[in-house]
Amino acid sequence: MSVTLYVPRDAVALGLGANKVARALFAGAERRGLDVIIVRTGSRGLFWLEPMVEVATPEGRVAYGPVTLKDIDALLDGGLPTGGEHALRLGDPEKIPFLAKQQRLTFHRCGVIDPVSVEDYRAHGGYRGLEAALKLDAEGIVTAVRESGLRGRGGAGFPAGIKWNTVMLAKADQKYVVCNADEGDSGTFADRMMMEGDPFNLIEGMTIAAVATGATRGYIYLRSEYPQAFETLKEAIANGVKAGVLGENILGSGKAFHLEVRLGAGAYICGEETSLLESLEGKRGIVRAKPPIPALKGFLGKPTLVNNVMTFTAVPWILDNGAKAYADYGMGRSLGTLPIQLAGNIKHGGLIELAFGITLREVIQEYGGGTRSGRPVRAVQVGGPLGAYFPDHLLDTPLDYEAMAAKKGLVGHGGIVVFDDTVDMASQARFAFEFCATESCGKCTPCRIGATRGVETMDKVIAGIRPEANLKLVEDLCEVMTDGSLCAMGGLTPMPVMSAITHFPEDFRRAGSLPAAAE
Amino acid sequence: MPRHEPWSHERASGIIAEHSHLEGATLPILHALQETFGYVDHGAIPLIADALNVSNAEVFGCVSFYHDFRKAPAAGRHEVKLCRAEACQAMGSDSLHREILGRLGCDWHGTATDGSATVEPVYCLGLCANGPAALVDGEPVAHLTADALEAALTEVRQ
Repeated sequence: MSVTLYVPRDAVALGLGANKVARALFAGAERRGLDVIIVRTGSRGLFWLEPMVEVATPEGRVAYGPVTLKDIDALLDGGLPTGGEHALRLGDPEKIPFLAKQQRLTFHRCGVIDPVSVEDYRAHGGYRGLEAALKLDAEGIVTAVRESGLRGRGGAGFPAGIKWNTVMLAKADQKYVVCNADEGDSGTFADRMMMEGDPFNLIEGMTIAAVATGATRGYIYLRSEYPQAFETLKEAIANGVKAGVLGENILGSGKAFHLEVRLGAGAYICGEETSLLESLEGKRGIVRAKPPIPALKGFLGKPTLVNNVMTFTAVPWILDNGAKAYADYGMGRSLGTLPIQLAGNIKHGGLIELAFGITLREVIQEYGGGTRSGRPVRAVQVGGPLGAYFPDHLLDTPLDYEAMAAKKGLVGHGGIVVFDDTVDMASQARFAFEFCATESCGKCTPCRIGATRGVETMDKVIAGIRPEANLKLVEDLCEVMTDGSLCAMGGLTPMPVMSAITHFPEDFRRAGSLPAAAE
Repeated sequence: MPRHEPWSHERASGIIAEHSHLEGATLPILHALQETFGYVDHGAIPLIADALNVSNAEVFGCVSFYHDFRKAPAAGRHEVKLCRAEACQAMGSDSLHREILGRLGCDWHGTATDGSATVEPVYCLGLCANGPAALVDGEPVAHLTADALEAALTEVRQ
């Protein structure tokens, strides 16, 4: 009888040697005359345990990790083929507390199935959402999305149902569905994990959106920093066309949906939806002024639904289980689950899908187990490079759009980056400006010029040149950028800067005790 | 790393023709050219402009806007992208990068003195819980150290 092993092909697992582990397991099994089938899955998102190898047993899967090349022989001679004892044995992966405590609605298949297999996807509940959607009319689908309370997971938190409704009502000969997979925020990887681990969930979500809005063409705009996700998506789309879940006649409904994945080219600004559309049209990724909104005049001037990967991938579950079931999770006006990404200096980093409302401290301590360096947590940046730095006394803030905004922060795409007490917040504030200067599209002056002036002024503060007067200038500059920038790039760069200055003032007034700024 | 083909006008025209029917064909064409030749030759610009019925300036503006597109072949044998974003900074990437660039004897966008690698900065690879992170010829490397990078550069050479 053959033994089925599961080895992730997620980029994190690959970065920790998963391909070598898979090859060594295969070769080692062959030498022992052991018949093995190795299924390459995505990751379950317990990244400190990668590469995590699982084996199918009559009692369910048993996990081992983190597996390195030197463990292979002992694993094959020991318990691995039967799920038995070994020092790396983790038991049933779904009983590992980090995973067992989660509420995985969107990510429940990730790390479990073969990501490019339509059959595997369907065997694990896939396409039930689209089947349910096809029994409704367009309005019925949009109503379900609206009643679920789903808000755009890309960062802005705009109610998805309203956007879908606008595109549905728009009259045009051609409409588009575009997925924003330009996940550029540092500390975020939920989109990447999903596209590498369960791409059909995204494809199904986009197909439901196409059926609801009357779009027949769709694009996934993927950042070029994700070469593994690109390959997986192309393979999944090709398999989807073969299986009849994409193309001229999806699931035999007579409705068409043609989907293509397009690669960005290393510009952070293309995560902004209008800049993304310009780029998709083959132009420089320059932000457009709104109105007109993309829902009415988007790609090539046609009505276009642009949503983030996490927004689309929430939809199949909602259609399958009902809007009410989704809205039962969460708090206030932040309903459903948030895929939280715990990163930076953290002992147990990874993907944590939970209902909105958990506090930052619970995430960092109960899930993350504190810092990887073992030193105290000093600052936590939430929501990417445009998100605020939180000090210890704000860590009891719940992850909820409104609660975070009340503390002058944002949920963003749900990334949490932990820093220990060796961090210098003046350098982090300088970096926020530097990043904005590097990535600004250049269209509006506050962002294009302001970012560069910000770097120069922060350099003076760090060098101890009239720190009080220069900090006042930075504050003034931040106000101009917030009020006068065309999009969130220039408009939110002040958030990390001002939060660092407000919550960590001591780091901005100790010139002389610090080496000069890097570079 | 696959060796790139030398620039060829005919070959480039063929690649452009294969893609010019796409909606918003510019980026797919530029990516395909760079994959084939390792960079986007200046001679490609009028060819693309012709095929897509846009101006040379619009095509050149596109090439120059995006960090990914090279206007000349990379000098190093391998392409190393080091993540400079916050999650990696939290794991000490700034000092690690100083050490790596010191060992290679080059600065950002530069090529190592021994020609082994061209180094580019990148802002986030999505390996944020396992930093510092890098891509070496498109292959992810997590928990990067200067020694591990040296080893990776030796290994991918085979």
